[in-house]
Amino acid sequence: MKGKIEIQHLTKAFYKKQGSVTALDDISLTIDEGEFVCIVGPSGCGKTTLLRILAGLEQPSVGDFNIATDRDDRPLQSMVFQERGVIPWLTVEENVAFGLKMRRLPKNVIEERTTYYLQKTGLARFSRLYPRELSGGMKQRVSIARAFANDPEILLMDEPFAALDEQNKFILQEELLSIWSETKKTVLFITHSIDEALLLSDRILLMSSQPGKIIKEIKVTTPRPRTIEDIRKDPDMAEQFIKVWQHLQKEVQQSREQNA
Amino acid sequence: MDRRGTIEKHDPFEIEQQEWKRRQSKERYKQLLTIVSPIFLLLLWEVLSRTGMIDTRFFPPPSAIIGTLFEMVINGSLVKHVGVSLYRIFAGFLAGVIPGIVIGLLMGLYSPIRHFMQPIVMALMPIPTLALLPIIIILFGIGDVSKVVTIAGSVFFPVVINTAAGVMNIDRIYLDVADNYGAGKLQFFYKIALPGALPVMLEGIQMGQAIALLTIVAAEMMGATSGIGYLIWTSYKAFLLQEMYVGLILISFFGYLFSVLLRGFQKKLLPWR
Repeated sequence: MKGKIEIQHLTKAFYKKQGSVTALDDISLTIDEGEFVCIVGPSGCGKTTLLRILAGLEQPSVGDFNIATDRDDRPLQSMVFQERGVIPWLTVEENVAFGLKMRRLPKNVIEERTTYYLQKTGLARFSRLYPRELSGGMKQRVSIARAFANDPEILLMDEPFAALDEQNKFILQEELLSIWSETKKTVLFITHSIDEALLLSDRILLMSSQPGKIIKEIKVTTPRPRTIEDIRKDPDMAEQFIKVWQHLQKEVQQSREQNA
Repeated sequence: MDRRGTIEKHDPFEIEQQEWKRRQSKERYKQLLTIVSPIFLLLLWEVLSRTGMIDTRFFPPPSAIIGTLFEMVINGSLVKHVGVSLYRIFAGFLAGVIPGIVIGLLMGLYSPIRHFMQPIVMALMPIPTLALLPIIIILFGIGDVSKVVTIAGSVFFPVVINTAAGVMNIDRIYLDVADNYGAGKLQFFYKIALPGALPVMLEGIQMGQAIALLTIVAAEMMGATSGIGYLIWTSYKAFLLQEMYVGLILISFFGYLFSVLLRGFQKKLLPWR
């Protein structure tokens, strides 16, 4: 079967006078339709660069990728940005409708989808407020609703919960899973949190830094729906956590020695 | 404050309520000070002038100046000067702000335009438009046009610089969002660039407004036959200092009025701040 996202020999180097950096080194991978994949790695390992290339915000130096399309009327991908990605001069409703408006969909379609996802994310009461008046968690719900409302082929998420406090993070993670389970979109999610990756994903890709390579692939087979309690209670998951951590630890140590 | 003794006698809300009331009255006191300060200055002036502690010829008492103001309103000589000046201010302001916004936006949006325009703007900005007044008068005469051109030239620079800076300082992540969600060029302009640049742009317009008032007085002093600046200058030359002060008070009043109006406008335009 052909994958939903096919990445072939993708390399991205940044040229600087003081010395070039290979952010991504010959990355090839396939992500299946409906799969939720987390990329975990230390900061600076190039995971954000990979996401930005898939999001069309950056060009690869070498290599190619393909996102399979089912329908012509869908955008290829939508990104859930970090907390600052909510546009402050648009109301909550206008933010959620942003992608739909940019695509000039008919008014009733925009309204229907916006209302649906405002409801889903518990933002209906806040629809006319500006982001300034929202908490961090609420802002991130806006960002999630905006991406889902756009109904893209795949969703890209760039550490969307990194800035949240732990309780809010747990709540939003579970909410994200519940919205996702409805649509079964293909998701590529970037994080540095092992817990987050174990809770959310079907598959975890561990990434090394400089050069950015995928060093390990771990399947997460815990049945869905999952809750944070399930993950914490499950002894298999504890073992998985340790496995991931040992790999990452080695990785972080190595890059430290290289830099020293 | 030691509150240990109060544990049994009072409930905490009562104590907090008193604290709150105390803070409120403190706030009111501060507001009062703001209102009192100009009145205090005027009263001091009035008393010093009436008692002869300062020379009445140079500093006539405010009450006399206000009396003169009313006389001039009634005999109609003031209306003409004020009307002419306001017309020049508005026309000059618009003639400076509109190209300032347009060129500023182009500079902010397109880097080749920015790199081409920046040195020109930087080199022309330090030249006081008033220093060019003789040339402007030769070119445009001593009527309204020369004043409008002078004001426009002064207002243009803060607006163009702030508008360009406003566009350039928009957080990169909003550009990424627009890009990722497929915004076209026009949509990007109306949904991201313009509203994102607006706060800094309005600060520039506010500055331009203040500069317009400073400029009109000076411009009307040098080559004019009417206007508030002309009134101030001719009154001074004829040593009619009460009339001169009327002119100064009018400038101060309009400066305050325009600032307040623009602040209100700003609040309306930026509900998201």
